Amino acid sequence: MSEDSRSPIRRDAAAIAAYAGAFGASFGAVSVASGLTIAQTMVLSLVMFSGASQFALVGVIGGGGAGLAAVPTALLLGVRNMFYGVPIAGILGRRGRSGPRRLVAAQLVIDETTAMAVGRDVPAEQRYAFWATGVMGFLLWNCGTLAGALGGSAIGDPATLGLDAMAPASFLALVWPRLRSAEARWVGAGGALVATALIPLVPAGVPVLAAAPIAVVTGLFPRRGATAEGGQR
Amino acid sequence: MIWVAVVVASVGCYLLKLAGMSLPASVLERPDVRRVALLLPVAMLSALVAVELFDGGGVLGVDPWLLAGVGAAVVALLLRQSFIVVIVVAAATTAVLRALT
Repeated sequence: MSEDSRSPIRRDAAAIAAYAGAFGASFGAVSVASGLTIAQTMVLSLVMFSGASQFALVGVIGGGGAGLAAVPTALLLGVRNMFYGVPIAGILGRRGRSGPRRLVAAQLVIDETTAMAVGRDVPAEQRYAFWATGVMGFLLWNCGTLAGALGGSAIGDPATLGLDAMAPASFLALVWPRLRSAEARWVGAGGALVATALIPLVPAGVPVLAAAPIAVVTGLFPRRGATAEGGQR
Repeated sequence: MIWVAVVVASVGCYLLKLAGMSLPASVLERPDVRRVALLLPVAMLSALVAVELFDGGGVLGVDPWLLAGVGAAVVALLLRQSFIVVIVVAAATTAVLRALT
């Protein structure tokens, strides 16, 4: 893989890592304000390393919930990373998912790394995008968390800077190239619709999981002439 | 008690990630599994975008400035802008609209 194809991937990964750093800082501040210690806050960012689950956990604890009541919500929000593991394992290939590498790679399987990896067409670029986004994102998320936990209320509200618009915009941008096939467009629209319809009906985390069966059914029973490879070279 | 919750939930989230990565190669390389693997992120990330836009805390709700920011990102995508331009346009649109109101 040439430097020409690496440098734009690194640039995009750095942009994701930058907003991960800013979000990490707000997580650190929120976590300490919710009654967790700095050490507990850092364990979450280092070991859980999954923004939605972390915010949910400290949210329940901060809202006065008994500690253990927060666990199922955090886990439910983490289940989607398990589904992401399937395409990522395929992208990393046999070498990338053997031995200790698999243990490290697994920790980096989150929304951002999955979106960056599947947003590329060439396998070598997909692997590079996964690792670049994962390593930079992990470092900045944790540095940000520590800064936020120490700085506390000095950290401004990320909403003021519009940072909360960056996550959905980035997922959309990264899924965009995949939407070249009609089949993928239907799957994406179906996932969004099902999730939206379920928001008032089921606990947090479930709406996104409910989109998975759409991909499974469509993948197992493809219509003739329509394949998910439509966007591939 | 907080420590127990932190450790159990953190280790649990890691094991979920590891479980997904641990399907055997014989399964991962089947053509139907590859098709599903290609479509899973499309379905789930689209669902995630919808939830980030329309989840008002367990009820349907929308922050119009957030929606406008993501709408601006779609325009940038249609104009074939780069990834960084797209996410900066989204954040700037939302931030400016919030500052004005």
